[in-house]
Amino acid sequence: MSKSCALRLTVNGVAHEVEVEPRLLLVDFLRQTLGLTGTHVGCEHGVCGACTVLVDGDSMRACLLFAAQLDGAEVETVESLGRIDDLHPLQQAFHEEHALQCGFCTPGMLMTGLDLIRKYPRASEAEIRDGLSGNLCRCTGYEHIVRAVRKAAARMAEGET
Amino acid sequence: MSMPPPEDDLQTRPKMVGARVKRTEDPRLLTGNGSFVDDRAVPGLLHVAFLRSDQAHARIRSIDCAEARRMPGVAAVFTAADLGHVATIEAISRMKSYRATPFRPLARDKVRFVGEPVAAVVADSRYLAEDARDLIVVDYEPLPAAVDPEGALADGAPLLHEHAPGNVLAERTFERGEVDAVMAAAPVRIRHRFRFHRKSPTAIENRAYLAEYEAGRGAITLYSTTQVPGIIRDALSEALDLPGHRIRVIAPDVGGGFGGKSSLFPEELFVCAASLQLGRSVKWTGDRLEDLLATSQGFDEIVEAELGLSEDGTIQALSAEVIGDVGAYSIYPWTAVIEPIQVVSFLPGPYRIEHYRGHVRAVATPKSPTGPYRGVGRPAAAFVIERLLDMAAHRLDIDPKQMRLRNFVGPDEFPYKIGSGIVWDRSGFTECLEAACDAVDYAALRREQAAARAAGRWFGIGIASYAELTGIGSRISAAPGMPINTGTETAAIRIDSTGAVTVAVGVASHGQGLETTLAQVVADQLGVRLQDIRIIHGDSAAVANATGSYASRSTVLAGGAVTKAALAVREKVFAAAAHLLECDAGDLEAEGGRIAIAGTDRSLSFRELARAVYAEMGRLPADAREELAATESYDPVFGTTTSATHIATLEIDPETYEIRLTRFVVAEDCGRVINPLIVDGQVHGGVAQGIGAALYEEVVYDDQGQLLTASLVDYVVPAANEIPPMQVEHMELELPNTIGGFRGMGEGGTIGAPAAIANAVSDALAPLGIEIDTLPITPERLFRLIETTKA
Repeated sequence: MSKSCALRLTVNGVAHEVEVEPRLLLVDFLRQTLGLTGTHVGCEHGVCGACTVLVDGDSMRACLLFAAQLDGAEVETVESLGRIDDLHPLQQAFHEEHALQCGFCTPGMLMTGLDLIRKYPRASEAEIRDGLSGNLCRCTGYEHIVRAVRKAAARMAEGET
Repeated sequence: MSMPPPEDDLQTRPKMVGARVKRTEDPRLLTGNGSFVDDRAVPGLLHVAFLRSDQAHARIRSIDCAEARRMPGVAAVFTAADLGHVATIEAISRMKSYRATPFRPLARDKVRFVGEPVAAVVADSRYLAEDARDLIVVDYEPLPAAVDPEGALADGAPLLHEHAPGNVLAERTFERGEVDAVMAAAPVRIRHRFRFHRKSPTAIENRAYLAEYEAGRGAITLYSTTQVPGIIRDALSEALDLPGHRIRVIAPDVGGGFGGKSSLFPEELFVCAASLQLGRSVKWTGDRLEDLLATSQGFDEIVEAELGLSEDGTIQALSAEVIGDVGAYSIYPWTAVIEPIQVVSFLPGPYRIEHYRGHVRAVATPKSPTGPYRGVGRPAAAFVIERLLDMAAHRLDIDPKQMRLRNFVGPDEFPYKIGSGIVWDRSGFTECLEAACDAVDYAALRREQAAARAAGRWFGIGIASYAELTGIGSRISAAPGMPINTGTETAAIRIDSTGAVTVAVGVASHGQGLETTLAQVVADQLGVRLQDIRIIHGDSAAVANATGSYASRSTVLAGGAVTKAALAVREKVFAAAAHLLECDAGDLEAEGGRIAIAGTDRSLSFRELARAVYAEMGRLPADAREELAATESYDPVFGTTTSATHIATLEIDPETYEIRLTRFVVAEDCGRVINPLIVDGQVHGGVAQGIGAALYEEVVYDDQGQLLTASLVDYVVPAANEIPPMQVEHMELELPNTIGGFRGMGEGGTIGAPAAIANAVSDALAPLGIEIDTLPITPERLFRLIETTKA
């Protein structure tokens, strides 16, 4: 394997300047190099969406990207949302609607949901279901997740926190 | 201590149980602060990559690891020959016809399915381990194999295990009454062959195992994605000849299980054996390919069944011949029989069927072993009996709802023993059907269907009713003849010197929300607030003996155990408080974290009480300073019946043959509901898996035993846009005789949904005379079926 390549990027508002192996996946960079283990790995082939993060504001699969591709990028992960005593409105809606069970798909679901709400704040239920269809959840049957995203979208549109 | 009296009157319901409490698990999981196995950072950790068999059945001539061993960063390379110190264990059963298969961390001499671990590299990183793994060369001598289960049963079929003639790992018959005579005389007979194809549990978190080595004690702590830390601890202790205090198994946050994490796996035993041998911490994190190749799979039955009825639709007799394709090995500890035997155990369902015979054979084939998967046997059982009922209804021109009402075990007929010997205690069979029909306005729905049909649309309505045994006690093993007690659960409750309450249980929550529901039960019994309570679960060191969470048992068994322990602790709390408040213990009540003399303003907090008991010398006489702790076990002995009716509506696109579900309603009787929010979530999730089983999911092996569905592109798990809005009706009827009146309900969604959907598709295609007999009903399968019928 070739040595390493230089990388400058921002993760959750923090600037990083690092040397990485060219084959290092973004998700491994986040989890292993930075210790941001909130982003999960579910399939490593871009189907389940558990590893979804925002790259320059767009939801992307961290298992299909090499860290080395992200020079100059801004990455947002679940750790950029709220804290346990100060949840983000989307996290709060997930909590109220019981939109998570095992919690493994949740970080990816939140980041996809956030991308969806930011870009399509008035999405209908069918559009939300389509918008979330790149993220698999095996526990909830999606019913409560869809409700939570609708609730959060409404609250965020009102500027409520 | 005495048992609490059964609480029949729902008006006396206490405060936390029954409330839509938001889960205490959520904040950590929502903020990325969960602690899953692969999240754990351990200094000096070694990583494992497995080389897996690419052969379905072959003799291993040689394995050349020399080049892999020379690679920098590689700590060790293992084959079976390097694991001589690991004792071979087996899944044991007292069933007479049963043949166990050896359980080994790495294949020895032979491989028996594609994906079986053959060698393992342990290296500084997973990247390096995989690099070195690719340098290992295995020389195989391919052996013939019968991949198809009926082929495996045929005379002269190649044997997968030399000691299992006919490739049969077990065989069993349940019989009651005069089946042959009654069937022969029945005016109406419906005979059909059904096929329920193989599934993968597909938890979104893949399996992962981390053995953390403690050099000073020669001990390991295994962090495992397991549902059954107690069972794993006991098995590892046996295989590695270690006392329990040197092997602790912790299931931290676990990303779903559904049965696929309820067995011992070779990779799990391997990381422990390698850790002990190397004196290092060792981790394996599986990827999705490995999950689809080597996590236990589910279902996979061929059922030839016959129903005999009178002209008015009353069932007279039922018989079934079941072949269960159980894969290459008998899974530990449940055995290969657990899935197929439950098909014949539960086939009679909620119906009054006097004459019944079910015969089952568990057949070994070169595929990933099957094990428990949500529903275990009952999804296939419900599929078959519910299809037979609808086929009879079509033949006799009786409405499917009436067909069920005519044959249900009636509200006044409980307890009722079905032909396989299982006893249904009082459960809302009839009430659930009526409630589900009311929820959809069944009569209006049939009118809507008539209009759709007149317009040439394929619009279907499907009903499925089922019953399941949950919270099984010690009288019945969760797996037939298995010598592990799955019928007891222990809880240890302790109030510390700050007044905080710690509850240790043997179950292992992996999405079910037991940290919340068990705390709700304890809060009510002890009179403390939710935030005063911490639930410790998923840890083999929590209580002396435990198994884990499976078989819809945790709420019933752990709910009962924490109730008993909380009442015992409350007695001690009141005894001490009576001294401090100078009253009779009988005059005390506890609520919201305070103990008060009823009807007065004289009270003290749990914190004050704990300080008085433990810290403030002289406030209590020495003999009244009893530790505020108790350990209690609960055994419901038999278990209790959970039942439900599912109704699905759908429409089939005549161009694409896509089946679009439009509605899904569930009415269920799970006894006293602890948390309606969580029960809804469990039902929704179970139904979604049932929808996957009915329409999308199928593990496919080709005739060489190669897995064709080795990615989530090919193994299709339903997404949000494939699942319809769902509605759940909770029926709280007469409560069962379990402590608290709880019934188990984690699996039911998956039991009813495939049958309801199969009935709805058949109903939609009734004008063509099509009866669905194979699941999943993929568009391709449906297209061929319709084209063949039309031709």
